[in-house]
Amino acid sequence: MLNIRRETIISYAFIERNFNLLKRYLNWEILFFSYSIVNALTIGLIMVGRGSSQDVLYLVIGALIWGFLSIMMREVSDAITWERWEGTIEYTFMAPIYRITHLVGSCFFAILYGLLRTGLVLAIMPLFFGEHIDLGSANWFTMGVTVCVSSLSFIGIGLMAAIFPLLSPEKGQAATGILQSVLLLISGIYYDITVLPDWLQPLSHISPATYTLRSIRAAMLENASIESQAGNLLLLLVIGIVLIPFGFWIFHLAENYAKRVGRLKRSG
Amino acid sequence: METPIYGLTVRDVTKHFKRSKKPEHKLRFFEKIKRILKPEKEIIRAVDGISLDVNIGEIYGILGANGSGKSTLIRLISTLLLPDSGTIHVFGDDVVSNSMKVRRVMNRVSVEASFFKRLSSAENLIYAARLYGISSSEAHKKAESILERLGFEAKRMDEEMEALSRGMQQKVAIARALLTTPMLLLLDEPTTGLDPKSKRDVQAFIEEIRNDRNAVIVLTTHDMVEAERLCDRVAIIDNGKFIADGTVKELLAMAPPKEKTTTTLEDVFIYLTGKELEEGDA
Ligand SMILES: Nc1ncnc2c1ncn2[C@@H]1O[C@H](COP(=O)(O)OP(=O)(O)OP(=O)(O)O)[C@@H](O)[C@H]1O
Ligand SMILES: [Mg+2]
Repeated sequence: MLNIRRETIISYAFIERNFNLLKRYLNWEILFFSYSIVNALTIGLIMVGRGSSQDVLYLVIGALIWGFLSIMMREVSDAITWERWEGTIEYTFMAPIYRITHLVGSCFFAILYGLLRTGLVLAIMPLFFGEHIDLGSANWFTMGVTVCVSSLSFIGIGLMAAIFPLLSPEKGQAATGILQSVLLLISGIYYDITVLPDWLQPLSHISPATYTLRSIRAAMLENASIESQAGNLLLLLVIGIVLIPFGFWIFHLAENYAKRVGRLKRSG
Repeated sequence: METPIYGLTVRDVTKHFKRSKKPEHKLRFFEKIKRILKPEKEIIRAVDGISLDVNIGEIYGILGANGSGKSTLIRLISTLLLPDSGTIHVFGDDVVSNSMKVRRVMNRVSVEASFFKRLSSAENLIYAARLYGISSSEAHKKAESILERLGFEAKRMDEEMEALSRGMQQKVAIARALLTTPMLLLLDEPTTGLDPKSKRDVQAFIEEIRNDRNAVIVLTTHDMVEAERLCDRVAIIDNGKFIADGTVKELLAMAPPKEKTTTTLEDVFIYLTGKELEEGDA
C-alpha cells in the first residue's frame, strides 16, 4: 500500500536537495535571474514608443509566462541530467522509492522555483518600464488560477522531456531545447496564433501554452473574471489530466529501457 | 525438495550489451555512409551464465581483471540492470518482480564515489538517508559514528565534497551505504585507487562489519591480497564467466605447487586465466 505520509516525507528529500544545490550555485542563480530580467526587458522594449502600454504589457507577459513554463518543462529534465553527470542517478534509482514519489518531489520544486523566480522578475518590471506597465486592471485571482491549472500540463510535458537526459546525458538537454522551441513557435507567446501559416494552426490548438497565454493575457490586460475563462481553464485541466499520467508512463518505459540496455551508468 | 533460502542466490544470469563495432581498417566514404545508415554492432557478453549463493555472515569475493564483468553483475543484483536471462533472489525475493522489497534491504558502494560534488557530505548523506525514510537527525548521528570509525573527522562533514580527497569521498560513500543498515551490502572495488592509509582504513572497517556477521557482503576487487584477507569465499571471473570458486584454501590448491615459495592467489589467477591482473594496484 502506498503510505501517503511516508511518501510525502520522502519526496521532500528532492525539494531540500534542490534548494541546497541552489544555495551552492547562488552566483549562477543570480546570473540566470539577471538574464530573465534582461530578456523580459528586451522583448518589452520592442513596443515602447511604438504601441500602447497594453502592447508593452502583452509582450512582457509573453516573456514572463514563457520563462515560467520553460522552468516547468526543464527542471525535472535538468535534475535528471545533473544526476547523470554526478553519477548519483544510480543511487537514486536504487533507493526503495516509487518513481512517482521521486518525480512529484522534483515537480513540486519546479513549481516553487518557477513561481519564485518569475514573481521576482515581475516585481522588478515596473522599475524599468514605469508608466508603460499598468497592472491596475489586472485580475490577479484569474491569473493565479490559470498558473496553477496550466502547471499540470507543463509538468506532464516536463516528465516527457526528462526521458531525453535519461537516455543520453550528452544530447538530452539539446532534445529538451528543441521540444521547447517548437512550443514557443506554435503557442502564440509573442504574437497571435492567427498569424501562423494555416498548416501550423492546428498544432497551436493542442498546445496548452496557447490557452495559458490567452487566459493570463485576458486576466492581466482586460481584468477578465474567472467565469469568463472557464472554457479555457477546463481545456487546460483536461490536457493536464491526460499529460501527467502519460508523462509518468513514458518515463517508466524509458527507465526500463535504460535498465535493459545499460544506459544509467557513467563509468566503473 | 526444500531448497534453503540463501541471502543471495544468483542462477544462470546473463547480460549482453550491444556496442557499435570499431572498423578494422580506415573506411572509405561510401562505407562511412553505410555505417551511419546501418551501424555494425558487436555483442559483449558482460555476464555470461553466472550462478552463486552467499549466506548471511559471509563475504563473497569476486576477483577479476578490468572488463571481466564484475560491475555488471553487481548492477544486476542492485536492480540497476535487468538480466537477459536467469534469476537473482535476495532473501527469497526476486530482484526484477519484487524490486522494491529488495531495494529496502540492500545498498552498494561503487568504485567512483558519485555525489553532488558541491554539496557537503552531511547534505549528501541526509539526502540519501531520506530516500530510505530515515530522518535527518538520525542520519547525521549515524553518519558521524560510521565516519569516525573509518577515520574521517566528523567536523569535515560540512565541507563541500569537492574539497575532500578521493579516499575521504570513498569513506563518505561507505557511510552512505551503511546508513541504511543493509542486509545485503555490495562493495564494488571499494578500495581501488585509494591511498594506502585510506585503503587500510576501509579494509579494517569491512573486517569489522564482517565480524558482526549479520549481513551478506559481496566484494569485487582486483587486489589479490585484499581478497585473501577479507573474503570467506572467492570466485574468479573472466569474460563474464566464473572459472573457479571456493575458499581461498581451495583456490590455492588449484595451481601447481611451487618449489621455493608458497602459492598465492595471484599464481592461481595467472594459472587459470593466463592473464596478469592490473599492475601497480595490488
Ligand atoms: N552499460 C554498458 N553498456 C555497454 N557495455 C557495457 C556496459 N557496462 C559494461 N559494459 C561492458 O561489459 C564488459 C564488462 O564490464 P564491467 O564494467 O562489468 O567490468 P568490470 O569487471 O567491472 O571492470 P572494471 O574492473 O574495469 O571495473 C566490458 O566490456 C564493458 O565495456
Ligand atoms: Mg567495475
